[in-house]
Amino acid sequence: MKPMTMTQKILASHAGLPFVEEGQLIEASLDMVLGNDITTPVAVKEFEKIGVDKVFDKNKVAIVLDHFTPAKDIQSATLCKCAREFAIDKEVEHFFDVGDMGIEHALLPEKGLVVAGDVVIGADSHTCTYGALGAFSTGIGSTDMAAGMATGKSWFKVPSAIKFVLTGKPSTHVSGKDIILHIIGKIGVDGALYKSMEFVGDGVSHLSMDSRFTMANMAIEAGAKNGIFIVDEKTIDYIKAHSTKPYTIYEADSDAIYEQIINVELDKIRPTVSFPHLPDNTRTIDEIEAQEPIKIDQVVIGSCTNGRMEDLQIANEILKGKKVAKHVRVVVIPATQKIYLTAMKQGIIENLIEAGCVVSTPTCGPCLGGHTGVLTAGERAVATTNRNFVGRMGHVNSEVYLASPAVAAASAITGVISNPETVWEDK
Amino acid sequence: MQIKGSVFKYGDNVDTDVIIPARYLNVAEAHELAKFCMIDIDDTFVSRVNKGDIIVAGKNFGCGSSREHAPIAIKASGISCVIAKSFARIFYRNAINIGLPILECEKAVDAIEAGHQLEINFDDGKIYNLTTNEEYKSQPFPEFMQKIMASSGFIEYIKVQEVK
Repeated sequence: MKPMTMTQKILASHAGLPFVEEGQLIEASLDMVLGNDITTPVAVKEFEKIGVDKVFDKNKVAIVLDHFTPAKDIQSATLCKCAREFAIDKEVEHFFDVGDMGIEHALLPEKGLVVAGDVVIGADSHTCTYGALGAFSTGIGSTDMAAGMATGKSWFKVPSAIKFVLTGKPSTHVSGKDIILHIIGKIGVDGALYKSMEFVGDGVSHLSMDSRFTMANMAIEAGAKNGIFIVDEKTIDYIKAHSTKPYTIYEADSDAIYEQIINVELDKIRPTVSFPHLPDNTRTIDEIEAQEPIKIDQVVIGSCTNGRMEDLQIANEILKGKKVAKHVRVVVIPATQKIYLTAMKQGIIENLIEAGCVVSTPTCGPCLGGHTGVLTAGERAVATTNRNFVGRMGHVNSEVYLASPAVAAASAITGVISNPETVWEDK
Repeated sequence: MQIKGSVFKYGDNVDTDVIIPARYLNVAEAHELAKFCMIDIDDTFVSRVNKGDIIVAGKNFGCGSSREHAPIAIKASGISCVIAKSFARIFYRNAINIGLPILECEKAVDAIEAGHQLEINFDDGKIYNLTTNEEYKSQPFPEFMQKIMASSGFIEYIKVQEVK
């Protein structure tokens, strides 16, 4: 039997095949099909054309209204209504509306809906987030979502892979965001096009689950089909704490073939920022400190990339007892209701509000220029989000700098893109 | 199948946010989306595009979001084919699934300029540049994807499969 990567093993098992190889077209069974308030209405139209009257498994479809919610305008309310009526009509078990919804990729793992070994498709590009749990998960469009809901299956071209061997331990103010921005900066926005990014090595044990979610989440920003982590004790603890679903651990064969093997020394990674207008346009904080200060108008801490508990805790550590810089707006968005509540109980929300931040209900909001912090011409934001394309957060002449929660919080205090290490020492 | 049209040329990494910005995603109708197609990279596109025209672009076309609204907007604007050096994978899937013809051909992208007239034969993947009298050969699609495109999209393809 031919050796396989971790991703290939999961795909083979879901296609009912003893092995698969790069380039092979397969049909795999799905453990979860996901959609949101923007992509589901388009999928509903396509679903209706297929002519089936129910979804393949009510327990394996998740619909989360998170992008333009609570509805930002009449049209968005209409989209939500369409998705809501579909979910009710088809008796979709995992339907999350305002009140219990969160940002989908923070919500599904938290609700225990994805576990190691699963195959998940989602009509949202950041569906690759669940690779942190040792699952194969990938973004698709609305038509694939419709077909997946109808048939429980989807076609895939089996990907080749790049192996990232992580070693060492990241320094205090470096988290998953810095590591993934560093990697994207090295390989480029199409550096892993059509491929898997498999994260292995001793260094993984030093990364929290939240940091791993952040890294897997941004695999798409390198063009990857999926990003996936080896399963270790932390993964299993997380799954057991959140889910009762059975899970399967897949490991790559020791002689599996990789297109490339890249070593990443975590202890050497510096706080890293992506400059406009592509995620691979990275600079280290040291390079930034050596140049003219970059003045900012807004800070966003949130999104499916960095709106989790660890992210809020990092922001809190830096911002508590301080004030945000004059003329800087700081928008903090806990990714789920549970995270929001936990942060409230821990006093984090109070600290952030006293520092001068606004704290919003969970939503994707400003990340894609939707609402709750849209930029106008000439404005500049530091955001813990995932994309800094032209016009991503609003006006075509606005700018987004992607950064970790630590860099974002430090910059909120100084009003320029700042090193969390320096701001921390000044405390 | 054969098509003929005039070229709109763009660079590398044309992302889905410039193809159809999120501020226009509060509607799902194709003809509404088409009104704002390419607006953040070329605000004259919509007023200049004619039915049958062709987009030619560099590598990683359609990177970013999974929004099917992007290929839907392009198709509804009248574009008959997108030729690129490479496509981001979700865009590639979505284009095939909705029946928007796409072709990968580095040579063609390097040689073709904005305003050139092209004739494309999808059966053999040949691209003829009527302006310069050059011919380029694109990568053929796997048979499975050709069948989807021949059914004018994945949903129609599934329906045919179900009947079989």
